[in-house]
Amino acid sequence: MKLLKNFLPFLIGIPILWGIQLISPPHIAIILVNVGVNIILAVSLNVVNGFTGQFSIGHAGFMAAGAYTTAKITLALQDTLLPGLSPWLSTQTIFLMALVAGMLLSGTMGLLVGMPSLRLRGDYLAIVTLGFNEIIRVFIENIRWLGGATGLSGVPPYTTLVWVGLGAIATISMARRLVSSTHGRALLAIREDEIAAEAMGVNTTKYKIRAFVISSAFAGLGGGLLGHYILLVTPKTFTFIKSMEVVGMVVLGGMGSISGSIISATLLTVLLEGLRGLDQYRMVMYALLLVILMLTRPTGLFGTHEIWDVLSRYFPKRKAVQKA
Amino acid sequence: MKALLEVQDLDVYYGGIQALRGISLKVPENQIVALIGCNGAGKTTTLRAISGMLKASRGSIRFAGEQIKGLRSHQIVARGMAHAPEGRGIFLNLTVGENLELGAYLRKDRESVAKDLETGYRLFPILFERKSQIAGTLSGGEQQMLSVARALMSRPKLLLLDEPSLGLAPQVVEKIFSVLKDIHKTGITLLLVEQNAHKALRIAHHAYVLETGSVVMQGTGAELLASPEVRKAYLGD
Ligand SMILES: Nc1ncnc2c1ncn2[C@@H]1O[C@H](COP(=O)(O)OP(=O)(O)OP(=O)(O)O)[C@@H](O)[C@H]1O
Ligand SMILES: [Mg+2]
Repeated sequence: MKLLKNFLPFLIGIPILWGIQLISPPHIAIILVNVGVNIILAVSLNVVNGFTGQFSIGHAGFMAAGAYTTAKITLALQDTLLPGLSPWLSTQTIFLMALVAGMLLSGTMGLLVGMPSLRLRGDYLAIVTLGFNEIIRVFIENIRWLGGATGLSGVPPYTTLVWVGLGAIATISMARRLVSSTHGRALLAIREDEIAAEAMGVNTTKYKIRAFVISSAFAGLGGGLLGHYILLVTPKTFTFIKSMEVVGMVVLGGMGSISGSIISATLLTVLLEGLRGLDQYRMVMYALLLVILMLTRPTGLFGTHEIWDVLSRYFPKRKAVQKA
Repeated sequence: MKALLEVQDLDVYYGGIQALRGISLKVPENQIVALIGCNGAGKTTTLRAISGMLKASRGSIRFAGEQIKGLRSHQIVARGMAHAPEGRGIFLNLTVGENLELGAYLRKDRESVAKDLETGYRLFPILFERKSQIAGTLSGGEQQMLSVARALMSRPKLLLLDEPSLGLAPQVVEKIFSVLKDIHKTGITLLLVEQNAHKALRIAHHAYVLETGSVVMQGTGAELLASPEVRKAYLGD
């Protein structure tokens, strides 16, 4: 029963996503895929920046780890047919395993970055993640096996709207489960007051590291999906600017609000897409929008609230899944 | 008598400044022990070092027979010590109820947690009335009560209280002290830091006087209440 409940969003999601994929003209599909990837990135970053009150600004570094791992595997296995599977199923299975491998590697990087910096209180994480983002970019640029500065091209076109949609559903379910569990309570306490949380018996270091590892892994998923859509994995995709773009989405939506991140990722992606004509002003307008928003609504669109909590107030029969 | 808590030769530094100079004290089981002293004497620092919020550079802290110096506070809570800190340390953006639930964070026995929640609300009925209110909007005195009630939710053997009567109206102070006596009657040992030396010495079995990071005097509550030095320095005679 519980298992069914966990898989229900995916079971419902597949036919709906499939339908959307069938009817979307290409230029709409591009935007939708971008929206999906950005939802994955924003929601996963919110797990750290919103729920634990730490501040990571190197999400793109973990995306890179996931993107390169996934692409390396799919490039190597492009012509491999898994025994006993149809070509289509074989490709999908390889892609899934490559994405999981990417998540494992980016999660491991999250552990390596998080362990030393999350033991300490304060803003070390921001500095360390910023450094990590740059280091991984420079590292990749200098490794021929990873394509150097030009990156990996010819990445197979495996990412579809269905894949991205399922990735987004997985990310959102992960975040919701995390908040509504007892771990969620611990995370909220940490965000509120780390010393007091520790005095309640919360092992703050353990929870911060765990949240950070999970968040990094999902950043890797976003990177892997993006790479197999733009069919190119280069260091330029994963710069500090990309990290800040995701931070902007989290802040705009409200730190600690999953639904806020979903909505702001959607809005900002569509907006950036709409501004494509005015290419050189794009980032300026983006920054301007964030500044205006922060001045008028410093807690972001949603603060720490969730749409589903507001809904459950109007439809009280459904028990509230979580507390903001 | 068996000491539940035994602190020996504790030194604590804040950077280069030494705040505690070889503090030693004992808290016997089922007693109320008070720590009094002027502002800056090191009372808060002592409690924070005991509950693991601060690192002591020298000395020993034994709790229920076990050396706990060097453990982190979440590990010390798990061993049965709760700390209602100075400045209350409550979660200002969470509700009263959520604060209390977090106090029972480590406990798995949901039924007895619910019972203790009831007990907490009985000790402080105002908290029951305000249970869905955001803790940051409580009055200072109510926040103080919440802090004490929340510390009790972990079902501690030893409760450290840092100035529970700070800034409260006289009737509320009375109320807090009578609740402290009730808490003690349920078998919880108390280590109490107070500016209100008079009240603290009246309910304490034993008390220590701190001055610039050292214990300068100790005795039963009654002895210290009668001592001319204490009367002059702390009771305003
Ligand atoms: N975080 C800190 N950094 C540096 N020095 C500190 C710090 N906290 C306390 N001190 C110093 O340590 C000494 C002891 O402080 P402590 O807070 O333990 O005093 P206290 O006895 O609790 O005083 P009060 O009755 O005013 O609460 C003081 O001289 C204080 O200035
Ligand atoms: Mg103090």
